[in-house]
Amino acid sequence: MSLDSGPSGPSAPAGGDLVRRHALATRLWHWTNALTILVMLMSGLMILNAHPRLYWGHYGSDHDAAWLVLAEMDDIAFPGWMTIPTDYSLADARLWHFAFAWVLVLAFSAYLIWGLARGHIARRLHITRVEWSPRHILHDIVEHAKLKLPTGAAALNYNVLQKFAYGGVLFVLIPVLIASGLAMSPALDAAWPWLVDLFGGRQSARSVHFIAAMALVLFFLVHMAMVLLAGPVNEVRSMLTGWYRLPRDKGEAP
Amino acid sequence: MIVTRRHALRLGAAGAGGLLLSGCDALNDSATFKQGLAGVGRLHEVTQRAIIGDSLAREFTEADLSPVFKANGSLRVADPAYRALLAGGFAAWALRVDGLVHRPLDLPLSALQAMPQRTQITRHDCVEGWSAIGKWQGPELGAILAAAGLLPSARFVVFHCADKLEGKPFYESIDLIEAFHVQTILAWRMNDAPLTEPHGAPIRLRVERQLGYKQAKFIMRIELRESLAGLYGGQGGFWEDNRGYQWWAGI
Repeated sequence: MSLDSGPSGPSAPAGGDLVRRHALATRLWHWTNALTILVMLMSGLMILNAHPRLYWGHYGSDHDAAWLVLAEMDDIAFPGWMTIPTDYSLADARLWHFAFAWVLVLAFSAYLIWGLARGHIARRLHITRVEWSPRHILHDIVEHAKLKLPTGAAALNYNVLQKFAYGGVLFVLIPVLIASGLAMSPALDAAWPWLVDLFGGRQSARSVHFIAAMALVLFFLVHMAMVLLAGPVNEVRSMLTGWYRLPRDKGEAP
Repeated sequence: MIVTRRHALRLGAAGAGGLLLSGCDALNDSATFKQGLAGVGRLHEVTQRAIIGDSLAREFTEADLSPVFKANGSLRVADPAYRALLAGGFAAWALRVDGLVHRPLDLPLSALQAMPQRTQITRHDCVEGWSAIGKWQGPELGAILAAAGLLPSARFVVFHCADKLEGKPFYESIDLIEAFHVQTILAWRMNDAPLTEPHGAPIRLRVERQLGYKQAKFIMRIELRESLAGLYGGQGGFWEDNRGYQWWAGI
């Protein structure tokens, strides 16, 4: 049965039932992102190794006040296991970063257009009035803190914290990463001065780019933790095949 | 069935992780793969060219100037001939313009200073990530090229410089679109004072929509060429030849 069309058949789905969880487009985009974002993060850290200081405003170099100093100028901020390539090469890291930037932007645009046109994103990520209430959000936070995840039919839809996380990545983090990345290009700054103004200067755009990347890393870590807690085999299978087994209640017979 | 599927999932995940971590360096060492990356990267040049047209880089005000403009690359030129010119205040220096031109030129500093001048306060973006804002003054490169008269086969402007890095002569190149852009100047003045040696005396290129490694310093000769092939490493510049930076430095 498909989530998009709602539960069908004689009875509502219950714990233990296999349901269609993820659309093909979502699954393709997910795995494309998994690879692309990892490559862009690791090559991005290598690029940051070239000048591991961050500033606010239009300019900023060794003699200016940095808000974040990741390493002294002659030191490497990020070790080889974190970077692409392993050994220092700003030129090669830029090749990787800029080539995969196309993949990120094209896949993101395609998914966004498909998801909005089909109403898929609205159906899955729309936060209802009830869900916006502080009480509801607080309740979900407490349930998550107790590691009590939804079961049965309640697990058919994303909970409000998931909607915040996925919506935040889709509508905030990835767009901010793309825009701040483009704003660092001197050629595009000539054509689109408003883009760099959006961030308050090129060095601010560079800082925002880093902050958004770190936020994405944080999302990834929480995402991994939640997959492990929710049952990694069922979760990974659902993202590969689309089929998801609704979790049973603790008391429910298998 | 479940067991095999579970097994396959685990194998797949471990395989993908291992492949990515160890495989990236192997891919990075593969000339074919890197050519592929560079090929995709070249899309940036085509796309940016289409977007930027003849748009101008932002010009700032005196209030925006960096307190200290970082000097980078060669900070000192060892060549004895250059040192003699520097000691003489470049009175005996002349910029050679040759190659695919109707009239090869030798332009002393006084001639460059007597031409119509352009002054601009712009942001300099190093490929490493830092930026500095400086004030530049000098004649437009386009006016100098027009004075020399380009032959129809001329496609690239090559800047031959006095400095050497790693024992190799420094050079850079741009195409005619950037060369005739109004903000592309040969700056002999920086922040209201003659260019100092660390910043490229007697003249340096300002090509404002490109990264710092394009802004050639200590320019001795400008050569008009049809192709960059056959010149040093053939990639159009010292950094392109020796570090693998892309010739298109708009990103």
